[in-house]
Amino acid sequence: MVKITFVDAGGQARTVEADEGSTVMEAAIRNDIPGIDAECGGACSCATCHVYVDEAFLDKLPKAEPMEEDMLDFAFDVRTNSRLSCQIKVSQAIEGIVVTTPEAQG
Amino acid sequence: MTDIIKTDAVIVGAGPVGLFAVFELGLLDIKAHLIDILPKAGGQCAELYPEKPIYDIPGFPMVTGQGLVDNLMKQIEPFSPTFHYGEMVEALESIGSSEAPMFRVRTDAGTVFETKTIIIAAGGGSFQPKKPPVPGIEAFENKSVFYAVRKMESFRGKRVLIVGGGDSALDWTLNLHPIAERITLMHRRDDFRAAPHSVNAMRELVAAGKMDLLLGQMTGLKGDDGELSAVTVKGNDGGVFDLACDRVMPFFGLTMKLGPIAEWGLNLNENLVPVDTEKFETNVPGIFAIGDINTYPGKLKLILSGFHEAALAAQKVNRYVYPDKKVVFQYTTSSTSLQKKLGVA
Ligand SMILES: Cc1cc2nc3c(=O)[nH]c(=O)nc-3n(C[C@H](O)[C@H](O)[C@H](O)COP(=O)(O)OP(=O)(O)OC[C@H]3O[C@@H](n4cnc5c(N)ncnc54)[C@H](O)[C@@H]3O)c2cc1C
Ligand code: FES
Repeated sequence: MVKITFVDAGGQARTVEADEGSTVMEAAIRNDIPGIDAECGGACSCATCHVYVDEAFLDKLPKAEPMEEDMLDFAFDVRTNSRLSCQIKVSQAIEGIVVTTPEAQG
Repeated sequence: MTDIIKTDAVIVGAGPVGLFAVFELGLLDIKAHLIDILPKAGGQCAELYPEKPIYDIPGFPMVTGQGLVDNLMKQIEPFSPTFHYGEMVEALESIGSSEAPMFRVRTDAGTVFETKTIIIAAGGGSFQPKKPPVPGIEAFENKSVFYAVRKMESFRGKRVLIVGGGDSALDWTLNLHPIAERITLMHRRDDFRAAPHSVNAMRELVAAGKMDLLLGQMTGLKGDDGELSAVTVKGNDGGVFDLACDRVMPFFGLTMKLGPIAEWGLNLNENLVPVDTEKFETNVPGIFAIGDINTYPGKLKLILSGFHEAALAAQKVNRYVYPDKKVVFQYTTSSTSLQKKLGVA
């Protein structure tokens, strides 16, 4: 199990546990984390799972694939630490990862 | 006003379930009109996961989202349904009785139907353009902020800002360029998903000084009474400034919104339409709901459940459309009358 902390736009934090090999989006949906809609169920075709990854963990993630970069165009207020949570695979390498959810996914 | 289309069944939504409803109705000699806000059939399968495999369609160990839609389109071909794409069903009004229902259905494009029955196969709702979460944007919508172009002329002589990096953004940049006073294309990065030839055409216009390309994001709108005067831009270099403009077109893809269904006088339960499990009829006789949009005890949002619901709803639609016809149960394998309808006998 890997710990993931979700911080909402208002600063409220919640830590949940996720299986290795699943995705950060799936952990959010399973735990009813507000601010993540994941309309396409992880098919990388909706951008409603947009999160901001805590800077300390950015380097621990593999770079976004071109498909993820393209889909980020459909998210709002995209920053340098923006990622699509359905494309972040859960592994020991990201134990304790902190992600912030945007106010709205649009 | 355009002529009213008279029909036996109007299907709201051309997702997999609405498509299969055409088949089940067709076997019963009921012709259908399908309406979808998307420019194509297939709903979620075609819009959200065309390339992804589905493993739980009975009889298909694996089929992609688009593959399933293509097969459904082929399967319903013999019944030649009429498709009305790019139109959203907006209003629905009952003009009959509960024994002999009749409804008037209107789309946002002004098409009007008079139909004996309505099958709502609206899935997760209609696919609508995503609206940027910019404060106060609602006041500008359809006055100076547009998510689609209905009339090109209304952009003549205007300073237009187009936001996005996909095909819609690039196509409208190129189409409106000859008409608008000045076009600015704004995108969050200097990479565009759009077709390379349109990206090249855009870059040529920029190089020739005929339009502007801006890297940044929209953070605010300025103006009065819905008339825009400027857009606040946060540039990728960190600078924040106002860009004077009259029209904005944001292109951020689509999202599913329940939409006008909430105003049709149907019972709703958390944005879903409750139905019985015998006929999949709503609280309004003559209006059915099948597929992802409905709810009942034990509901599973699966394509296969939607197919089953379509078959049973069609039986009741049949009773409304042909009240005097004797119902005979038949197999497509062995009934020559069904095979004639399918064009195989
Ligand atoms: C990534 C992903 C994977 C999936 N995998 C599977 C799977 O493996 N197996 C499975 O069984 N299911 C799967 N599903 C679910 C399946 O796609 C849905 O159950 C199915 O699409 C529902 O079909 P539908 O026809 O009811 O609605 P939809 O496919 O949602 O289509 C509804 C259509 O109605 C239109 N519409 C709505 N309101 C209006 C209106 N007012 N006017 C005009 N048009 C309107 C919409 O634009 C849309 O095109 C998956 C879903 C996703 C997102
Ligand atoms: S869930 Fe749709 S892109 Fe991540």
